Amino acid sequence: MPSATIAGVTVDVNEEGYMTDPGQWTRAIGEAIAAEIGIAPMTEGHWRVVDFLRADFAEKGQVPTIRRIKNAGGIPTKELYALFPDGPVKKASKIAGLLKPASCI
Amino acid sequence: MRQLVILGAGTAGTMMANLLVRKLDSKEWALTIVDEHSTHYYQPGFLFIPFGSYDEGDVSKPKTDFIPKGVKHVSEGIDLIAPADNEVILKNGDKLAYDILIVATGSKTAPGETEGMLGDGWRRDIFDFYTIEGAVALRERLKDWKGGKLVVHLNEMPIKCPVAPLEFTLLVEAFCTKKGVRDETEISYVSPLSEPFTKHNTAVVLGNMLDRKRIAFVPDFQCESIDAENKKLISYDEREVEYDLLVTIPTNMGDSCIERSGLGDDLNFIPTDKHTLQSKAHDNIFVIGDATDLPSSKAGSVAHFQADVLTENIQHFVAGEPLDPGFDGHANCFIESGHNKAFLIDFNYDVEPLEGAFPVPLLGPFKLLKETWLNHLGKLAFRFIYWNLLLRGLPMPGISTKMTMAGKKTAR
Repeated sequence: MPSATIAGVTVDVNEEGYMTDPGQWTRAIGEAIAAEIGIAPMTEGHWRVVDFLRADFAEKGQVPTIRRIKNAGGIPTKELYALFPDGPVKKASKIAGLLKPASCI
Repeated sequence: MRQLVILGAGTAGTMMANLLVRKLDSKEWALTIVDEHSTHYYQPGFLFIPFGSYDEGDVSKPKTDFIPKGVKHVSEGIDLIAPADNEVILKNGDKLAYDILIVATGSKTAPGETEGMLGDGWRRDIFDFYTIEGAVALRERLKDWKGGKLVVHLNEMPIKCPVAPLEFTLLVEAFCTKKGVRDETEISYVSPLSEPFTKHNTAVVLGNMLDRKRIAFVPDFQCESIDAENKKLISYDEREVEYDLLVTIPTNMGDSCIERSGLGDDLNFIPTDKHTLQSKAHDNIFVIGDATDLPSSKAGSVAHFQADVLTENIQHFVAGEPLDPGFDGHANCFIESGHNKAFLIDFNYDVEPLEGAFPVPLLGPFKLLKETWLNHLGKLAFRFIYWNLLLRGLPMPGISTKMTMAGKKTAR
């Protein structure tokens, strides 16, 4: 499995640069990934999404959908798109140290 | 007498009734199936109705034709499931006690989830084909189609039959060509996904096909609303797609009784063990077909493979034995591509669709991930198989429950 050094820490990642062990994640790592994919600075609104993603993942074992981020996380979809343009769940889960959401089939 | 209750007499529920009535001891077990609707629709056939190749009669039969002797049929709506009391409460207030419950309530379109979808434009220039009414209305609209912007739109995943939107797009292209209005028709396919299909290598093959057929693909389009008056789709990131005729696949949701019972996720699909089909919340509730939250396709072929596993697991559960984690996510789908040709794909949770021959290695007669006339004949023959073998729980020769690698090419 490939690894990468993010914010001075060596972490496991997959081929697309998504972290594979959420336990290795820190906020500093999240901030560094965000800067790398063009989300800077991380505002309170961004962290609210990232924190929800991590909490929901810990509970459910999967990255929440846009619908769930709206219903359970209380974050309107319009706002989600404004915070993370072009594929908000993909970007936010990368920053949150979670795997890219599996496309449903 | 112990009670086994099946909710829903669609594809999955009907198969389970037929399979279990043969397996459970009738002196010990009473089987009941509940469904308020009287007509069983062959839903894969809805795809052909807009083009006039099938009509309503080709896709409908009475549900009672398929409910076996020995299974009590209750024709009544479901109000809710009360797992704490092990009972189902029907809309007329009757209560059905159960020892084992199988939920097969499926999924249905929910056009009301998208602002502007229902309203003045609905079935005037906005159509669906996932319902019999929608498919028939679209047939009438296509009869006088002379050209313009024709947009096929997938609103949100997951949907039942994930290949159907693309099939419709390819079939409508062929339809316009045949009608002599292809040059006057601009066709586009709008999807919330980044690729035209959920499985990458299939997306590449089908994406090339869209290019060749001059069909524009609009990716990553998360629809916020429809402006029915000005005829355009609007995304959350403020892109717009104009249409003269919109064929949409609305959000799909599980039955409202699941929501009332507090058993579902955000789309009313029930959290289910992906290998055993036991519900995650209650040991004596099992879930099959489109009603689950599994990361497998919502399709009849999947329900068929699940039915074999679930039949085994109901017997294990009755005997107090451990459940078999036997469901591997197997799906097998024909993809109609127009001009009397079709693709066939065969895959599971772990293996993406590969090229090869199916069901017999090398011989086929069907070719995987290739466009052939024989695959198209297979798709048409499937309707006969569905009514006569599949629903009745009879074996389909040569088709195994678990996906097999035999006949598939792995070096790519």
